[in-house]
Amino acid sequence: MPSLLGVVVVTFLLSHALPGDPAAYFAGPAANAASIASVRATLGLDRPLPEQFLRYVVDLLHGNLGNSLTTGQPVLTDLAQRLPASLELSGYAIIFAVGVAVPLGVWSAMKANGPVDHASRVIVTVSAAFPTFFVGLLLVYVFYYLLGWAPEPVGRLNEVNYSPPPTITGAYTVDALLAGDGGVFRAALAQLTLPAISLGLFALAPLARITRAAMLEALGSDFVRTARANGLPTAKIVFTYALRNALLPITSVLGMVFSFLIGSNVLIEQVFGWQGVGAYAVSAVLASDYAAVQGFVLMMAVLYVLLNLAVDIAATIIDPRVRFES
Amino acid sequence: MSFVTLARNTRYAFGENRLTLIAVAMLGIMVVCAALGPLLAPYDPLMTNAAVKLAPPSAAHWFGTDVLGRDILSRVIVAARLDLGMAVSAVVLSFGAGLALGAAAGYFGGWTDAIVGRVMDTIMAFPLFVLAMGIVAALGNSVLNIIIATMIINLPFYCRFARAEVNVRRELGYVEAARMGGNTALQTLVNHIVPNILPPMMVQASLNMGWAILNAAGLSFIGLGVRPPTPEWGIMVSEGASYIISGEWWAFMFPGAALVAAVFTFNMLGDGLRDLLDPRKRV
Amino acid sequence: MTAQLVVENLSLRFRTRYGNVQALDGVSLTLGKGEIVGIVGESGSGKSVTAYAVMGLLDDTADVTSGRINMGGAEILKAAPDVLNALRGREMTMIFQSPRTALNPIRKVGRQIEDVLREHGNVPARELRREAVAALARVRIPDPERRAEAYPFELSGGMCQRVMIAMALACSPSVLIADEPTTGLDVTTQAVIMDLIRDMSRGGDMATLLITHDLGLAGEYCDRIAVMHAGHVVEAGPTEAILTKSAHPYTRQLLAATPTAETRMEELSAIPGSLPDLRSPLPPCRFVMRCARRQPVCDEAPLRWRQCGPDHVVRCRLPL
Repeated sequence: MPSLLGVVVVTFLLSHALPGDPAAYFAGPAANAASIASVRATLGLDRPLPEQFLRYVVDLLHGNLGNSLTTGQPVLTDLAQRLPASLELSGYAIIFAVGVAVPLGVWSAMKANGPVDHASRVIVTVSAAFPTFFVGLLLVYVFYYLLGWAPEPVGRLNEVNYSPPPTITGAYTVDALLAGDGGVFRAALAQLTLPAISLGLFALAPLARITRAAMLEALGSDFVRTARANGLPTAKIVFTYALRNALLPITSVLGMVFSFLIGSNVLIEQVFGWQGVGAYAVSAVLASDYAAVQGFVLMMAVLYVLLNLAVDIAATIIDPRVRFES
Repeated sequence: MSFVTLARNTRYAFGENRLTLIAVAMLGIMVVCAALGPLLAPYDPLMTNAAVKLAPPSAAHWFGTDVLGRDILSRVIVAARLDLGMAVSAVVLSFGAGLALGAAAGYFGGWTDAIVGRVMDTIMAFPLFVLAMGIVAALGNSVLNIIIATMIINLPFYCRFARAEVNVRRELGYVEAARMGGNTALQTLVNHIVPNILPPMMVQASLNMGWAILNAAGLSFIGLGVRPPTPEWGIMVSEGASYIISGEWWAFMFPGAALVAAVFTFNMLGDGLRDLLDPRKRV
Repeated sequence: MTAQLVVENLSLRFRTRYGNVQALDGVSLTLGKGEIVGIVGESGSGKSVTAYAVMGLLDDTADVTSGRINMGGAEILKAAPDVLNALRGREMTMIFQSPRTALNPIRKVGRQIEDVLREHGNVPARELRREAVAALARVRIPDPERRAEAYPFELSGGMCQRVMIAMALACSPSVLIADEPTTGLDVTTQAVIMDLIRDMSRGGDMATLLITHDLGLAGEYCDRIAVMHAGHVVEAGPTEAILTKSAHPYTRQLLAATPTAETRMEELSAIPGSLPDLRSPLPPCRFVMRCARRQPVCDEAPLRWRQCGPDHVVRCRLPL
């Protein structure tokens, strides 16, 4: 796929546009000209750029993303260890966002200009102005410090009292359920609540807005008028006729929503001390751990491409007209 | 649109919508803070005073003090210059480059369009904040690079918009006339087409400013670009974050609120501008 | 003949941002079993509004200021929403113009018919598909088994209209309202669809209300015609009478304006003026501004019905 190719090229360029001489860095503070030169040769940094690129691609195909400076492990291993944490967090965030935005949008459309509609429009407009990290911090302040409802934001699990469940999927909540451990499940879920809500809130605004607009359009359409004229029950008209048609514009927005979500994930992981790829990337950037940063950017880009693919597939399932066009 | 109509419509759009007026007022306040920052600040934003560290809001320090005893109100006011400056620079650069590239792609089509399109698609294939992190990591940890990174990730929006608008207008009568009249392609573009697409693009720009601010703040929140002790809203929130769990809320709250106010202002302005320029809404 | 549908002195207005639109004023008509009655008029004359009022499909901005609508014994204007929903699709149905947009674009047509049958048809679940296919067969769609699995965008305009008719007639309603069913279809398809509607009406002893701007079409297929102008029924009577012995100046002008095969371009006559603004205060006769025969007496209220033939009424001070 052309976009994947572009992604690989860009990540390669990014890591080779670095200021300074990575070889000197890798060689260490006690290096002299000779050792730096030998490091450079080992890393292949003295070869012409196209050859370096080919080596890069070959490495990628073998799953070799280089080694992290800070952890000393292969970057791929580091990322693979931390990815489930981020996926679990984002998963719950999406469930929250969609679970609130869609019903809110549907209700706003059905009782347009009613109190719920006005209230939700205000909330949506205002919340769109809040930086994700600020929302996270606010929630921690209110629900942990002031109200004491939420647990201490120490990451996925309070390791003092609980130990992680045996790894099957990597998601603590799912694995705890599979292991039949209710306590750990509840604890993990509690730790997830605030970060998932913070992350989901930013996605809520565009989703609610487009659901409302799409539902309004569907409810005012000719075919809904026909359905009403044929006396179909309201529930059927709203869900099978209007909402299913509204899903099309909603899925078209999902691509952008996912882009924000992946980006905001990094910020939320910082706020809540989440042991995911985002936090890993931040410390890597600050430590100039180039291989780790590059690996992270590449992995997130690939994830994003896959998500967009899934959205496209969903669109063809929902809309038969798209199927026939392609 | 004639000047009279524009004036009348401005009064209509802003009069009808009180929110837009409030947004304009807030923009005014922020611009004043940015321009006159150090003059308005009651204290020196960099001056530390261990005696009053982490003091809650009071008559002496309206926004309280941070862990080094610096007055938060002063820092918030002075930070306006940096935050707005970064966002405005990034948007202006994106706007200019996007306009040029998009207009060229839309007007000439063919290879120009293909190449520009490819580049923009590649940028958009990345989750944008992640790409910004990668660019800052590659180019170095500085404010300039934050601006460059923000500019790059905003580029595709302006580019696509300009391309679409130019494409629509390329075949219109007055463009044809301009070409016939002996204008070169560049002259046609600059003198005839671009002035017409500027208004909708400016709406995009003001809607985009809020996002540019959030982006820059996000990057500085995780420690990129801006270094202490520079006052900047994102880094101030990050510095204040550690004290939430001990209850010193003012350290993160006020800079955060400033961010919210700034983004909200630009979003409202963008909506107001869009209403102003949308003939359908004026019925 | 028992009247299946009675509309009596219906007046209604729409509340809009720019004032109240007096959409209908004193509209009366009756529809008997097995009859096809046409409502003819220009765009904006209130034909569709009347249809929506009968179906109970008007939205909240509509205020009925007087009149009643009785459909097979049920008082439509006083009925509760769930009563109306039960009537719609079962006792009274409507088909619309632009059939392709009037069908759900992402749902197979067979499934859309099944939806109606499931709600009103008293059909057991496992019979639904068979009944839907049968409904398609009744409207003479070739290869109905396969067509039932098609989406609207895969069918021609004429086929989509047949599907809509199939949906409407699936539960054998007593009243069918056809709102410009052939507008937008090519002439051959128009004839086929209209023939179908006529056959289904006669065969099912159904009362059909045909709404159209095409006087020629109405003349061809309707038993009786009501002519509407600016929210008024100005003349109503048997088709023959309306076409050959019309008593209202507007009807005369409509007839004159309808081109025939022999009419040449230069001979096309238009009706002067345009529909009055229904928001402003209106004279008793809403045609006065466009009428060549206007006299001072025309401005005197009230404007009553006059009998000008058996079953033929006109609303004019100076009928022809």
